[in-house]
Amino acid sequence: MANPSVSPNQRKVRRRSLDANRTQRTIRSVIEFVVEWCLFLAAASSVMITLGIVFTLFYESLGFFRHVSLGAFLGDTVWTPNFEPPRYGIWSLASGTIVTTTVALAIAIPVGTIVALYLSEFAQPFLREIIKPSLELLSAIPTVVYGYFALMFIAPLIRYCLPEAIFGNVPTKNMLSAGIAMGIMIIPYVSSLSEDAMRAVPMLMREGSFALGANRLTTALRVVYPAALSGIAAAYILGISRAVGETMIVAVAAGLQTKFTLNPLDESCTMTAFIVNIAQGDTSHGSINYQAIFAVGLSLFLITLLFNCVGFYLRHRYRETQ
Amino acid sequence: MSNEAKPVILPEKKTPVPRLGLTAKQLIPRLQLADNLFNLIGLLSTSIGILTMVILLGALLWNGAPYLTWNFLISFPSTTPENAGIIVGLVGSLCVMLVTVVTAVPLGVAAAIYLEEYANKNWLTTIIELNISNLAGVPSIVYGLMAASLIVYQLGIGETIATGGITLGLLVLPVIIVATREALRTVPRSIREAAFAMGATKWQVIHKHLLPYSAGGIATGVIIAMSRAIGETAPLVVVGVVGFLLKLPASPVSSQFPFVNFKWLTVRYSVLPYQMFDWVQEPDDVYQHKAAAAGLVLIAMTLALNASAMYIRYRVRKNIHW
Repeated sequence: MANPSVSPNQRKVRRRSLDANRTQRTIRSVIEFVVEWCLFLAAASSVMITLGIVFTLFYESLGFFRHVSLGAFLGDTVWTPNFEPPRYGIWSLASGTIVTTTVALAIAIPVGTIVALYLSEFAQPFLREIIKPSLELLSAIPTVVYGYFALMFIAPLIRYCLPEAIFGNVPTKNMLSAGIAMGIMIIPYVSSLSEDAMRAVPMLMREGSFALGANRLTTALRVVYPAALSGIAAAYILGISRAVGETMIVAVAAGLQTKFTLNPLDESCTMTAFIVNIAQGDTSHGSINYQAIFAVGLSLFLITLLFNCVGFYLRHRYRETQ
Repeated sequence: MSNEAKPVILPEKKTPVPRLGLTAKQLIPRLQLADNLFNLIGLLSTSIGILTMVILLGALLWNGAPYLTWNFLISFPSTTPENAGIIVGLVGSLCVMLVTVVTAVPLGVAAAIYLEEYANKNWLTTIIELNISNLAGVPSIVYGLMAASLIVYQLGIGETIATGGITLGLLVLPVIIVATREALRTVPRSIREAAFAMGATKWQVIHKHLLPYSAGGIATGVIIAMSRAIGETAPLVVVGVVGFLLKLPASPVSSQFPFVNFKWLTVRYSVLPYQMFDWVQEPDDVYQHKAAAAGLVLIAMTLALNASAMYIRYRVRKNIHW
């Protein structure tokens, strides 16, 4: 549409600027394309990390399982690599992990749940604003410091509290003290995830319960807790996976003896502490001990993977039902 | 109404069955008592965590404060426990942190932008999301095993600062991704729509509007990730951190021509938490006190990081203008 009021000169200028616009637009769309691909590669790199983990763990443990059969690894309770014949029974390490995790959960789950119920249903908003961040500081303290605390404070306390006549001589390093420290460390993980789940329960349900004459406690236990159960279960499961993978506390405070025991007052090595212990010494790349830590690491990875997947599924379920 | 109308038959009047044999008047105080009791229990459970933190700090101060001198901060480790210091650990931690930030922040922020702004809901993004939530739950020591095999041996980088930093960078990647996504999600739709309406491309909207608006949230996430990385020991043990090192890495800045050099990336290293772990394992009593002093420095660093994260979060919340 030619506009008679526009001079030919002006028209030329306008066309030039249109051309410039067009090149600019091409440049922009190229940039857009490149940027999107770069961002996609960054997102995909997380998958590469997982693949890297899976590949290296399988690759290195393959060498181990060439020497030790899977049955001997999974079906034995003795770990004595230096004796003849060497025995590599994962249960001697797994028992330590099971005991410390159980102790930790026995503390973290009840306390964490009560804290979550309290913060979500009882506490004044200003109190919650203070308590929540200070509890989260608990999980910010470096784990090696917790280990020191367990060894230097909790263990002597246990030895002092349990009379020798009944409980025998409790060693300085024991799984109970490590488990307690670990439990305290896990409280914020359990409480903050459960609280999120509880606060996601619609207000209507609480109001219905109050209208029927229930008090706060009944509402919390009979209405909010069941409604948020799948989210809370996810919190518990993530707590378990945290406890199974925790390393430095047990490496410092639970002892380094590889023996099969389910007595929390005894000292025993966990799977994670074992890896640290072997890696600390001089183990050359490719030796059987070096490959053994990868086999143990693979078991650890598979266990936590299982827990994480269940946790992920549960969390999504409660998000959908919301 | 006439008199012939059938009389309304009222059901026989029953007294409502009281719960637990109590009338409402008796029941209500009990319910209130239950509420108050739980309130108390909740407060007590919450204080378990906070009390532990206080005791932990107290125990560390009691054991370590007398040893926390200027000399301790600037001395090299030593075979005579009285002379041992943490300078190598401190410098090592800072160098490793630097590498960690450089690896994790660009990668994490880019991945988060992709997942939040570009990704369509398809099987690929579902896999990436599942994968990231899984990575967050993988025990840290497994990252160490992966890095020991992949980075140290396959890529041949060796047990250097670069390896340690990259390992921790991969470890905290999920933390940064999750924090960045949350920060991006808080930017209101209207900002995006206004920018698009002005003809901005997607990338322009992101880097001129979304990133500046969510910078506070991203910074908080990065700081939290750093505070986690600085206390992390387990994966570094596997990739060859050493406890007794008498050499500092070369200075990255020089007065000669290129002014920067990257030699410091390729040397062996020590980090503060490992220094502490190393001393805890020593039988000598003075080393235990030194470990407590190192723990104090470590806690001071993590608490400072967490405090600054909280401050930024507070400022961001206060300064939201939209």
